Amino acid sequence: MKNLLLVVTAIVVLLLLNFLLPSLINPYFFQVLILCGINIILAVSLNLVNGFTGQFSIGHAGFMAIGGYTCAALTYYLGPHVADKAVSIGLSRSVVGVSFFVVSLIVGGLASAAAGFLVGLPSLRLRGDYLAIVTLGFGEIIRVMILNVDAVGGARGFTDIPRFTNFFWVSFFAFLTILVVRNLVTSTHGRAFLSVREDEIAAEALGINTTNYKVLAFVIGAFFAGVAGGLFAHYLMYLHTNSFTFMKSFEVVIMVVLGGMGSITGSVIAAGFLTILPEALRPVKEFRMVIYASLLIFLMIARPQGLLGMRELSLHTFRSLPFRMGKKGRQPQKQS
Amino acid sequence: MQEFLQQLVNGITWGSIYALIALGYTMVYGILRLINFAHGDVYMVGAFTAYFAARLISAHGSVSPLGALLVLLIAMGTCALLGVTIERGAYKPLRKSPRLTALITAIGVSLLLENLGIIVFGPDPKFFPQIITPRRIEITRGVLVGSHQIVILAVSIVLMLLLQLIVLKTKIGKAMRAVSFNRQAASLMGISTDNVITFTFAVGSALAAAAGVLVGLSNPKIDPLMGIMPGIKAFVAAVLGGIGNIPGAMLGGLIMGIAEVMVVGYVSSTFRDAIAFALLIVILLVKPTGLLGTGVAEKV
Repeated sequence: MKNLLLVVTAIVVLLLLNFLLPSLINPYFFQVLILCGINIILAVSLNLVNGFTGQFSIGHAGFMAIGGYTCAALTYYLGPHVADKAVSIGLSRSVVGVSFFVVSLIVGGLASAAAGFLVGLPSLRLRGDYLAIVTLGFGEIIRVMILNVDAVGGARGFTDIPRFTNFFWVSFFAFLTILVVRNLVTSTHGRAFLSVREDEIAAEALGINTTNYKVLAFVIGAFFAGVAGGLFAHYLMYLHTNSFTFMKSFEVVIMVVLGGMGSITGSVIAAGFLTILPEALRPVKEFRMVIYASLLIFLMIARPQGLLGMRELSLHTFRSLPFRMGKKGRQPQKQS
Repeated sequence: MQEFLQQLVNGITWGSIYALIALGYTMVYGILRLINFAHGDVYMVGAFTAYFAARLISAHGSVSPLGALLVLLIAMGTCALLGVTIERGAYKPLRKSPRLTALITAIGVSLLLENLGIIVFGPDPKFFPQIITPRRIEITRGVLVGSHQIVILAVSIVLMLLLQLIVLKTKIGKAMRAVSFNRQAASLMGISTDNVITFTFAVGSALAAAAGVLVGLSNPKIDPLMGIMPGIKAFVAAVLGGIGNIPGAMLGGLIMGIAEVMVVGYVSSTFRDAIAFALLIVILLVKPTGLLGTGVAEKV
């Protein structure tokens, strides 16, 4: 009951913010905020694969592309028909539009999850860097294939996608991603994911179906990446395959590693930081990316385990700060 | 048939460039287990160094074959230095941290080189000077080989032979093999692993620079972002041949080059970037350690 109340309050607050924010802050900051949200979904979902399950995937942009294009194609080609049908039976056009958008987001996510299943399969045979390069290759193949489909714009890009993404949906799905990943990794199944990362052979010896868990991590990670792609498409109203090159995948991997592999709060912080940083550096013009890259190298050398390592940041961390002097590790989690 | 042979010749030339870049990837991986994503950008720096060196030399008249060789050596030397600097500055402090950290640093170095390149060299493409007179020779009926292609093939074969000689016959080569086999044991045997790693970076970067110069000969348009795609594909070539394996990288590079040219020639140039990866996935699914790679037995 208490949980339900919390969820309802959260949704109400988000809806309020959704109506208030665009008039309160300038459109540029608002766009950065939306992109932050999308990157948080990407980073947290990749953290499930890379950080918690220890499968090195650098093909997240590919999943994002599948979700984005599927979702955009649905709302672009099917959306108007569905809306017309609904209006003819007396429903409001805008309500139907939004609900069809959410349905297409989920369908996009499912399409991308199916692709995640396909990519997860080779992980039965491939390990480490070999798997990494296969996921990278998969992402690139997806990109080239989409480039050759004329119905979604091909090399010209997919234009005139209706705009449905707003602050509410981005934050809703960001919270949903965090919630799902967090609850998953703290459950029994979560222990199984962690055991695959820590020692695959030992996990297998203890009767854990490592194959299942690896593929499952890929499927769930890909689903949310697809949703993020859909949100991205319906925010910019334009899609081009150049947004989904391996550089985008690298960007997400950087967020995960910088935040700390296996730390959800770390991913969130790093996603926000790395989205805002290039924007904040705009005043230095052409030196922007140079500073960005140098800072990245510096941060990695200064904190090789990532900003938060494997720890999570929570209210408990702050509350128990004075008592934690000298203690290390995951202590704060157990105090709850 | 004629067309096929012509494509094959072009493919082999293009493949030998991939092979030269792939060698650097595979050697560094063999020794450090690090995917050095900055390697493609070292290749770009090599092309630009050669561009400036060639302009400097050709300012005093035309470039003689000796001058062309000098350009190549300058580029290789500069990039060897660059490789050593990158290793000492960015990778050495991370020798004991998780491997992924070093990988992210490599991506950082790559971004840094690209964007510094944009500032220093300018974002617009430059046209590489003709340091070798273009000429076309007909080997059999209808199959033409350009003088550039012959130079590319000759230089890459000489460099690869030289590399094999260094790795198999010299003392430092023996040390390299030892370090790649087992770094800890090698260091216990009195091999200075840090020096070996630095040497490997120098050799790998010099080979990438040579590839950059050779690309400048055949596709004279060079720009600061030219290293991204060839870099990734050369890495794919290295994995294809079995990463850590030197003959594997050469084989992988050749296969990749030929496959790519054939797809452009017979299917469509838009699929050019996909074929490399499709080939890789198919080969890895059949043989997970690459064509010539040997699997490492898992310890329980």
